[in-house]
Amino acid sequence: MSLAVELPGLSLKNPIMPASGCFGFGREYSEFYDLNRLGAIIMKAATKQARFGNQTPRVAETAAGMLNAIGLQNPGVDKIIENEVPFLANYATPIIANIAGSTLEEYKEVASAFNAVKEVAALELNISCPNVKEGGIQFGTDPEMAAKVTSVVKESSNLPVYVKLSPNVVDIVAMAKAVEQAGADGLSMINTVTGMQIHLPSKQPLLANQTGGLSGPAIKPIAIRMIYEVKQCVSLPIIGMGGITTAIDVLEFLLAGASAVAVGTANFQNPFACTEIIEELPNTLQTYGFASVKDAIGEGIK
Amino acid sequence: MMRKENMIIKHTRIIALDTIEMVLENEYISQNAVPGQFLHLLLTGHMLRRPISIAQVNKQENTVTILFKVVGEGTRTLASNSIGSTINALGPSGNGFPLEPNAHSTALIIGGGIGIPPLYYLANELTKKKINIVSVLGFQSKDYVFYENKFKQLGRSIIVTNDGSYGEKGFVTNVLDQIGAFDCFYSCGPLPMLKAITTQLKDIPGYISLEERMGCGVGACFACVIPAVPSGGYKKICHDGPVFHTKEVQLS
Ligand SMILES: Cc1cc2nc3c(=O)[nH]c(=O)nc-3n(C[C@H](O)[C@H](O)[C@H](O)COP(=O)(O)OP(=O)(O)OC[C@H]3O[C@@H](n4cnc5c(N)ncnc54)[C@H](O)[C@@H]3O)c2cc1C
Ligand SMILES: Cc1cc2nc3c(=O)[nH]c(=O)nc-3n(C[C@H](O)[C@H](O)[C@H](O)COP(=O)(O)O)c2cc1C
Repeated sequence: MSLAVELPGLSLKNPIMPASGCFGFGREYSEFYDLNRLGAIIMKAATKQARFGNQTPRVAETAAGMLNAIGLQNPGVDKIIENEVPFLANYATPIIANIAGSTLEEYKEVASAFNAVKEVAALELNISCPNVKEGGIQFGTDPEMAAKVTSVVKESSNLPVYVKLSPNVVDIVAMAKAVEQAGADGLSMINTVTGMQIHLPSKQPLLANQTGGLSGPAIKPIAIRMIYEVKQCVSLPIIGMGGITTAIDVLEFLLAGASAVAVGTANFQNPFACTEIIEELPNTLQTYGFASVKDAIGEGIK
Repeated sequence: MMRKENMIIKHTRIIALDTIEMVLENEYISQNAVPGQFLHLLLTGHMLRRPISIAQVNKQENTVTILFKVVGEGTRTLASNSIGSTINALGPSGNGFPLEPNAHSTALIIGGGIGIPPLYYLANELTKKKINIVSVLGFQSKDYVFYENKFKQLGRSIIVTNDGSYGEKGFVTNVLDQIGAFDCFYSCGPLPMLKAITTQLKDIPGYISLEERMGCGVGACFACVIPAVPSGGYKKICHDGPVFHTKEVQLS
């Protein structure tokens, strides 16, 4: 059975990739299995300068999910290019660089830095970051700012750009249309849903950052709904994510309109989550009457 | 190297108030674990695994002992598992205590509450290397005291309780001047205790084991980090620790 899919800039042997921030730069999980088995690898977010991130505690467990407020900790784009990309380049698996920033200039610089790296196949643009020059409003919650950052990144790079949409908006379709018009090559959705947990012993928010991003099975229905809505209104291919733990979940995303998927939080529970899903997927597709991954994409939309 | 393994529960026993000793069978983990390493346990109904230290290993019987306190839903689920059932673990995880001192030198072991478990495996291995050990073990109160006799079999041991209901009254730091000379120390326990100890013993080489809420437990998610000194940057507790030299990290 063919699991292959073609996306702008990406020839995937299968549609399964680890999600940004949930797989580091691959080294740790390479001790569990051969990274050649993955469809692609999305690296942890890169910013211009090294970032230490938020204070701890940075994670909390929730019913069917978790909250995180890592705060984009990373060694900075230059160190990532110098130390991390060469490791991942040992594998015949496309590398997607996730980029973040707090100003348009920063996005531009990070995007140009990756543009010069031949091993990087595509950019994933994380727009769930506060714009420090616009009063801290997230790039990802305002269609105009999202379009702006998309076009700036497109101008700074020849790589295909997948804009990663934030679910923390009233109108996800408006966001998708705005970045499509600004030149995005694809969409990645969804990022985490903002949440909070109160720690009873201290009667205060548990996370040092107070709020965190909810991920895991708890957010899957939100992701499915948003992909289903967006797929009908834009023509960009979608990398779907949010709570995937099994091949059945993957099929649900494909039916809703995703062309490939990313697996995040599930890796923490089961380091073999991605490879087990890849092994299960042919049977799952067959059970529901599909002869390939391509056949299932968007089939849920009538 | 860490692996994902199933462990069979061979034995469980209550050793103090809310505190359970559990013996788990698994060949790979028992043969490869060193003192200071932990298991990252998958518990039914929980998204995140729970880190629990390895408190003893029996290589002949392929078993690993853990000691844990029931403090919330995860540890309650762990305690409810019956003998013969299977628990999935990532392990052995993290880096252990360097067994550094020479034979016949003296190592001080300072444990606080549920930070004591990894120190028991350590104390056994140090004793095998003919290192003298002195243990100072702190508990909230008499009801929580465990493994007193086991530590006494390995060397001089002082029990301290916060409320004075057993042994000496106060904190472990109150009794450190009774110990006499020692060459190095090893400690695990609540953060305020570790801070007090590393301040009081700042001129003596020491190793501490740290706790933090973890995500992946393998070093990929950057949840459990601690500022590093003097290099700057950070260390990942699950991957670079949980054991650190006292001069390597900045306790906040
Ligand atoms: C390296 C390491 C070794 C440990 N060894 C032991 C041991 O040998 N025996 C023992 O009893 N306990 C040990 N702990 C603490 C133990 O992991 C927590 O008590 C346990 O995770 C609490 O889970 P819960 O669901 O019962 O509590 P809850 O408070 O309901 O847990 C909620 C979440 O917070 C996390 N959490 C809560 N307290 C801690 C903590 N102190 N450290 C890390 N995560 C925490 C949990 O893992 C979970 O994700 C260790 C912790 C670490 C980091
Ligand atoms: C610990 C953690 C760190 C994350 N870091 C990033 C990041 O750096 N950049 C990004 O775009 N998304 C990041 N995400 C979001 C995930 O890539 C993904 O969109 C989200 O978690 C939903 O998928 P899941 O439910 O499978 O985890 C992070 C998620 C988690 C749990």
